[in-house]
Amino acid sequence: MHYIPNTDGDRIEMLQAIGLASVDELFSDIPAQVRINAPLKLPSAFSELELLEHARQLGAENANIDDYVCFRGAGAYDHFIPSVVKQIVSRAEFYTSYTPYQAEISQGTLQAIYEYQTLICQLTGMEVSNASMYDGASALAEAVLMSCRVTGRDRLLLSQTLHPEYRQVVKAYLQGISVEAVEIPYASGLTDLDWLKKELNDRVAAVVVQHPNFFGLLEEVDEISQIAHRVGALFVVSVDPISLGILQPPGTYEADIAVGEGQVLGNEMCFGGPYLGFFATRERFVRNMPGRLVGATTDSEGRRGFVLTLQTREQHIRRVKATSNICSNESLNALAAAVYLTALGKEGLRKVALLCLRKAHYAWRETAKLNGFSPLFSGTFFKEFSVNCPTSPPKINQVLLRQKIIGGLELKGSYPEHENGLLVCVTEKRTKEQIDEFVESLRKIGEEQ
Amino acid sequence: MREKLVFEISKKGRVGVSLPRCDVPEEEPERLIPERCLRKDLPLPELSEPEIIRHFTRLSQLNYAVDTGFYPLGSCTMKYNPRVNEEIASLPGLARLHPYQPEELCQGALRLMYELGEYLAQIGGMDAVTLQPAAGAHGELTGMLIIRAYFLSKGQKRHKVIIPDSAHGTNPASAALCGYQAVEVKSDKKGCVDIGELNKLVDDDVAAIMLTNPNTLGLFEGNILEIAAIVHRAGGLLYCDGANLNALLGVARPGDMGFDLLHFNLHKTFSTPHGGGGPGSGPLGVKKALAPFLPVPLVVKQGKRYLLNYNCLLSIGKVRSFYGNFGVLVKAYAYLLSLGSEGLRQVAENAVLNANYLMNRFKDHYHLPYDRICKHEFVLSGARQKKRGIRALDIAKRLIDYGFHPPTIYFPLIVNEALMIEPTETESRQTLDRFADALIKIAGEDVKTLKSAPHHTPVGRLDEAAAAREPNLRWKK
Ligand SMILES: Cc1ncc(COP(=O)(O)O)c(C=O)c1O
Repeated sequence: MHYIPNTDGDRIEMLQAIGLASVDELFSDIPAQVRINAPLKLPSAFSELELLEHARQLGAENANIDDYVCFRGAGAYDHFIPSVVKQIVSRAEFYTSYTPYQAEISQGTLQAIYEYQTLICQLTGMEVSNASMYDGASALAEAVLMSCRVTGRDRLLLSQTLHPEYRQVVKAYLQGISVEAVEIPYASGLTDLDWLKKELNDRVAAVVVQHPNFFGLLEEVDEISQIAHRVGALFVVSVDPISLGILQPPGTYEADIAVGEGQVLGNEMCFGGPYLGFFATRERFVRNMPGRLVGATTDSEGRRGFVLTLQTREQHIRRVKATSNICSNESLNALAAAVYLTALGKEGLRKVALLCLRKAHYAWRETAKLNGFSPLFSGTFFKEFSVNCPTSPPKINQVLLRQKIIGGLELKGSYPEHENGLLVCVTEKRTKEQIDEFVESLRKIGEEQ
Repeated sequence: MREKLVFEISKKGRVGVSLPRCDVPEEEPERLIPERCLRKDLPLPELSEPEIIRHFTRLSQLNYAVDTGFYPLGSCTMKYNPRVNEEIASLPGLARLHPYQPEELCQGALRLMYELGEYLAQIGGMDAVTLQPAAGAHGELTGMLIIRAYFLSKGQKRHKVIIPDSAHGTNPASAALCGYQAVEVKSDKKGCVDIGELNKLVDDDVAAIMLTNPNTLGLFEGNILEIAAIVHRAGGLLYCDGANLNALLGVARPGDMGFDLLHFNLHKTFSTPHGGGGPGSGPLGVKKALAPFLPVPLVVKQGKRYLLNYNCLLSIGKVRSFYGNFGVLVKAYAYLLSLGSEGLRQVAENAVLNANYLMNRFKDHYHLPYDRICKHEFVLSGARQKKRGIRALDIAKRLIDYGFHPPTIYFPLIVNEALMIEPTETESRQTLDRFADALIKIAGEDVKTLKSAPHHTPVGRLDEAAAAREPNLRWKK
């Protein structure tokens, strides 16, 4: 086995050194009844060449977005990833190290996380950010738990315009504790503020919305924030970080916790992971935050350095009383996000956001001109929009696939009330030509009806 | 060598990437979005591409990593990360997939997940596996939620989860997160669960016991069959924290020992890199009776086709979006195929041999609180050195001067001045000897040298108390 340096000779000498006759004796403390005597039913070893060939074959059975044009978003997005991001996260000094427990020999990771935390604060307008959570959905679940800790309340209001899987994750995280999550209905694709005002009371720990929401629409975040604060509830918002290239950051509308999916910041879609959840909040809540934090400090000679800090919140010290059970997070993905935000910078991120905005609106207008297709909602959107189709979306997507286009997400799966709804996403990667082709295909499908 | 922050390098007007021109009508954003929704300022840094590459490359050089040296960090299984895994995970056909693309267009990805699930089930002796959890602790949470759902389905509400005093912090934290009261069971003189104590604690309010086996002292819980009998007799379940599975690969299976649930750490046992703190992956295996409660979707096989099954009435729902850390799963899958079943057992044998060989070298120099055959790791105590005023921390820092990553220290909590050493199977005897020579030499070094270590790093020991007292968690102008 080429990953194991020991030779037969080494093994014999090492056993002699510890006074054992055979390797089996190393396992004599395991009861004989549970020791395996026959090999497990696994394939026999592949050579490196065979393995690569096998993997390529598996890959060939998948449509990848180099070969297909992707108009699907809904939580995972086909954004451009600059080469610098891939080059940096491929450096083994970053990816083959562990959590930076020994600060003196982990300054690279620690400083990069400190930069990541700062970049997330700059982007969201929030005061503090942690080092990352597993993904956008679990970050939201942790935000909700933190809201309950901070307020001491036991009821949550979750908008139905939140990503359906995010709502599912939040509810799973709440199963073991007595906190009740109630869904806020929507009207015209937006969180129903009349309902919210009626149902909100001082038992509510947090009002939770996504902005832009699952349908792609901008929520009335200023107003929701005010409504929530009136009863002392926290306002928790899940945002698309690309949208923050042009949209008001959560800090300006007084969000108490801002989370979101960081995949779009330089991470491949990779069939759903690994991604990262970002988590940012107010300074006064910092001791209630989940997850790791990196802080700046100095050594005995006054040199600046970075350390893991405020660890008394964490499981390895606080155990049952920890603010979260998280240990490993998504550090390498956070590094990708830091490099991405640095590479795009002040001008670049705004440009990407503007490209998304303009291309999505171009696609939307061209689609709306077609017979039988109409916007599902009239609200303002960023890079995703929902349309009502003249025929069943699965049928439309079948036709599109033949032209190597991955069409929008069929809304019916999570929103049965939108039988013919399609959620279309247009990122900066889509060219006018691709959009025109997409629209032309829709036109043909519409006319066949 | 020290490096400025990106914010300190930033100069107005620099750009780090070239973006395509806009090929659709360039409407003003104010016409598409109400002005009150638009941000006025985006305070991100401005750097050119060469500056970015140099900055992050210089940062990378401040790190110690498996690729640069021996990393015997106990409980973390810092083995070599095979390069072919990286190459495979970056193939466009495996990396560039949308999670919601149609099933007929991701058959290769689903097959990989299905087969990995089968292999893990086989290795752990479990009946069904979810690949959704993103790390070990996430697997624990998933397991606790499943245990809770299982008892509820039987009309029972149990409140306690028993956890040994040697357990990792995530165990009690995960139990608490799921609303359970964590009850500590003491370890006996041999470093294993005290059976007498356990008998006193187990009753019909106990939902489960959470064990790490081999435990965090690197010792096999020899009474595991008796423990299983005690807990099962009271109707409780056995949860295995699989962080230490490296010692058992192809040798013994938690499922055969009576465990009902087991999480795997792909970023430990299955060679996927730890990324400086993640991404990991913590698949969870369960026995048949618990399978209906697994998170959705499950990958199933129908004839020759692979499907995502969301239709599971008793499921706990989801613990994260989509299907898990797929990119990490790809690497673990590649690793398993590289090993095959014989290779798998060789991993365990060599990991355990390396640990015992190394442990043996320290017997005359450090206190070894549990002097018996260990599994993949062992725990020394710095108690003797402490009498001279030297702490485990000092020893750890001094190892850095010799070019090694220090062991895990002060864990498990039940060992005074713990130094937890896990060599893994991917180290040579020569490396083990060099490390042993250094640690033995350190045992005799003077207090001053140790207290002021490390001596050759970009920064010396950092003031952690100040960092916590006045947190500086972000750069400000
Ligand atoms: C024994 C043990 N349990 C649980 C964990 C947590 O695993 P993770 O970091 O993957 O969440 C660790 C990791 O250090 C561990 O060593």
